Amino acid sequence: MTNMTSGIGASRFTFSRVAIYATLILAAAVYLIPLVVMLLTSFKSPEDIRTGNLLSWPQVIDGIGWIKAWDTVGGYFWNSVKITVPAVLISTFIGAMNGYVLSMWRFRGSQLFFGLLLFGCFLPFQTVLLPASFTIGKLGLANTTTGLVLVHVVYGLAFTTLFFRNYYVSIPDALVKAARLDGAGFFTIFGRILLPMSVPIVMVCLIWQFTQIWNDFLFGVVFASGDAQPITVALNNLVNTSTGAKEYNVDMAAAMIAGLPTLLVYIFAGKYFLRGLTSGAVKG
Amino acid sequence: MSSVAVFSKASPFDALQRWLPKLVLAPSMLIVLVGFYGYIFWTFLLSFTNSSFMPSYKWVGLQQYARLMDNDRWWVASKNLAVFGGMFIVISLVIGVFLAILLDQRIRKEGFIRTIYLYPMALSMIVTGTAWKWLLNPGLGLDKMLRDWGWEGFRFDWLLDQDRVVYCLVIAAVWQASGFVMAMFLAGLRGVDQSIIRAAQVDGASLPTIYLRIVLPSLRPVFFSAFMILAHIAIKSFDLVSAMTAGGPGYSSDLPAMFMYSFTFSRGQMGIGSASAIMMLGAILAILVPYLYSELRNKRHD
Amino acid sequence: MNSFNRLAVVISLATLFPLGAYAAAPADSKGTVEVVHWWTSGGEAKAVDVLKKLIEKDGYTWQDSAVAGGGGAAAMTVLKTRAVSGNSPSAAQIKGPDLQEWGALGLLTNLDEVSKANHWDTLLSKTVSDTMKYDGHYVAVPVNIHRVNWLWINPEVFKKAGIDKAPTTLDELYAAGDKLKAAGFIPLAHGGQPWQDSTVFEDLVLSVMGPEGYKKAFVDLDEKTLTGPQLAEVFTHLKKLQGYMDPDGTGQDWNLEAAKVISGKAGMQIMGDWAKSEWAAAGKKAGTDFECVPFPGTKGSFTYNIDSLAMFKLSAKNNTPGNIAAQNDVAKVALEPEFQYVFNQNKGSIPVRSDLDMSKFDSCGQASAKDFADAGKANSQLPSMAHNMATSLAVQGAIFDTVSNFMSDKNADPATAGKKLYSAIKSAQ
Repeated sequence: MTNMTSGIGASRFTFSRVAIYATLILAAAVYLIPLVVMLLTSFKSPEDIRTGNLLSWPQVIDGIGWIKAWDTVGGYFWNSVKITVPAVLISTFIGAMNGYVLSMWRFRGSQLFFGLLLFGCFLPFQTVLLPASFTIGKLGLANTTTGLVLVHVVYGLAFTTLFFRNYYVSIPDALVKAARLDGAGFFTIFGRILLPMSVPIVMVCLIWQFTQIWNDFLFGVVFASGDAQPITVALNNLVNTSTGAKEYNVDMAAAMIAGLPTLLVYIFAGKYFLRGLTSGAVKG
Repeated sequence: MSSVAVFSKASPFDALQRWLPKLVLAPSMLIVLVGFYGYIFWTFLLSFTNSSFMPSYKWVGLQQYARLMDNDRWWVASKNLAVFGGMFIVISLVIGVFLAILLDQRIRKEGFIRTIYLYPMALSMIVTGTAWKWLLNPGLGLDKMLRDWGWEGFRFDWLLDQDRVVYCLVIAAVWQASGFVMAMFLAGLRGVDQSIIRAAQVDGASLPTIYLRIVLPSLRPVFFSAFMILAHIAIKSFDLVSAMTAGGPGYSSDLPAMFMYSFTFSRGQMGIGSASAIMMLGAILAILVPYLYSELRNKRHD
Repeated sequence: MNSFNRLAVVISLATLFPLGAYAAAPADSKGTVEVVHWWTSGGEAKAVDVLKKLIEKDGYTWQDSAVAGGGGAAAMTVLKTRAVSGNSPSAAQIKGPDLQEWGALGLLTNLDEVSKANHWDTLLSKTVSDTMKYDGHYVAVPVNIHRVNWLWINPEVFKKAGIDKAPTTLDELYAAGDKLKAAGFIPLAHGGQPWQDSTVFEDLVLSVMGPEGYKKAFVDLDEKTLTGPQLAEVFTHLKKLQGYMDPDGTGQDWNLEAAKVISGKAGMQIMGDWAKSEWAAAGKKAGTDFECVPFPGTKGSFTYNIDSLAMFKLSAKNNTPGNIAAQNDVAKVALEPEFQYVFNQNKGSIPVRSDLDMSKFDSCGQASAKDFADAGKANSQLPSMAHNMATSLAVQGAIFDTVSNFMSDKNADPATAGKKLYSAIKSAQ
């Protein structure tokens, strides 16, 4: 990606430039408000929350919210890691293979399969809870982390396949044809030709899947229980408790802890995400 | 289409090569057939039974659909989805395109600003819903803040108004997804052929005209992808509603996904729940089939 | 880049293997009991912790599966999916008519042995024990009795508004509301969530129609009662009462509303006795800092909400003598005085057994226990509709929908509301 700015306008200091910057900064402020409020609140004491207002600075920086939050949800942090990492890697890998076949090795019915898979992206997951848990029970995986990983892989497939297929479709056929003439096999072509070009889309896929699986609540609450629960379930138990005094500072700190990994991914890997999108993921 | 057929030497290795793609795809095919369509079929079956607390297989014909049609709450939920989905998609697209175009004007610190727009997508809907529920609450949030700052007459209580609560959902959802749309369009803009634009500039066309007439129309596929992703978020918006309004006040901010979940699991009316799921899938099919048709017709890779 | 590929495969395989081993159960305890519940708030969590400690003292392992949210709706989803996968927990927080549904599915185990050995039939009142039985056998152990028809009052606010006594009739309630309003207070703290709306609704039904009418309406679901003029009167009262409610309360959690009464912004709240835990957490004393009185017009009646732990048949994998013993131990310990005292003092409820010394409880708890006994004699112990003790969940949902919709609709007509209610109930059955 050499040319990341294709901008058309001239970069002179004019009225319209000022207006553009003003709009962009204003929009950024609006996007930031919820995050700022959450951060400020997480450092306030309960009295401070009751008396002060949303954007007021904490009277005393109070870390107790974070300590309490970590005590409650921190233990579940690693559960989420243990679930997310394998599920993301496996679903990305399978998605890459599927995308490769669907774009380079089409056969009768492969288009139909792709259509069926696309429809699957839109399936509301609530409908599959009961039959899926029945299947998982039959497989002997009920209440195990493996079962949860399996569910995430299955329902992540639709999107990962879509990403890779759309990316590979834009790669010229000639490359693959030439390799075939040289006698390269199925896996060799994938490993030697396609995979090296796939870094951007792999990044997109990893980021997307990581966000989806890390943030998942529904599958986590149903397919994992007790000590194996992911952090979103622990967060829900904290935030959605209907009785007892509400400690907003703890709630907000816990929400920040639960959201931190995905936030960091977006902050540090965000540019790869954009590059991946630029290089073809969105060419629909 | 099947360029594999070029190689028809019948050595075992070639036979394997020919079968490999199918073998690789086979597990996914099985998964999709069972995990998607098998389960949909099962739900379809249940929608014709009197399943209540748990699945049962006593056939009652179309009775559950009739009850669904009679249910006022279902209609409120469907209407909400139309309003919410329509507004959410349109506003997200407009804001996303607008910000992408602005960001494409050789902006300093572009990466930094981009990250700010994009970060809401990283948060789970539960966190988003909780934060916005708080921000929009008249007694606690923005409303109180503005009054504290001296704007006495300010009153923003949409969250409590059964006719307007759905707009609150739109605000939160747009906040979350519009940055993502921006990223998609920014990516699209970077791919636009510069020479066409230069030519138009030489012809004396103004910038807005160039964007409206030339650049945006060439981004049609991006619009399509963005629309699909937004539609998918809208239809699945379950966490957001349950964290933000839980369907209230009354059931005025209910959405079909929420309706289906509560009837199937909390209310012990699995039959109606299944019927509503099938109706939802039917609606999705109606939107998706034209897209898939064009996708699979035009997308030859030569 | 090929190495990238290989790395990905290796990592994914490597991460899978330890997961397989992870699924094995701990082997060093006498037996394990897994409990699904939604007691997650401060006081409740403390109370559950007591039970956990007692079980562990007996040498068993307690596996805690707390699922908060939606008054147990999330936990119900978890239970159903787990039952379908053949992996039910040992025990779960299930109550009221739901026990019958689970029992009918053949999923619950009977507790004959524990209940006989510990004389449950004599310890528990008939109302309680009948609820706990499926087909004549105990399938669940009750842990507490909540009273729903309470009105909570901040006496200091009442004094400031010039009200000298707690309201005992609906007219007095309105009069008090007017005075509070005039003095600049929120008369009635109320969070407009469906279950809270319906809590007020059922109190009004009891107040206007009496215990017999209440039973006809919510237990028998009698058409004549539900579409009759008395129910229209109830809806009229509901609209009137709504005029006194906190305008910011829609969709608000009840405890945030309770905080408004505690801090003196509001005068009253209509809520079950779990509200007491909020007052206690704020360091307030019953009788002096706050008052609890039966909802106006419902003195002598007791709408109950009983929490219980249902015991599941263990799946083949878990069906070991040790695990069964652990399950029975929970059933036994839950009724023992030690747990009953701590749990109910934390929850604001009263013990399920009638032989305990109530002097350890505050005045509200004592009044509640006495009223429960009296109501038993007068045949006016009533199952709470809003708390899923009277009807199936489907019917309850239909009532919730109608009542909440009535309240959020500014132009709703009380005269036709009863008919709507009845047709909604009919179509849910």
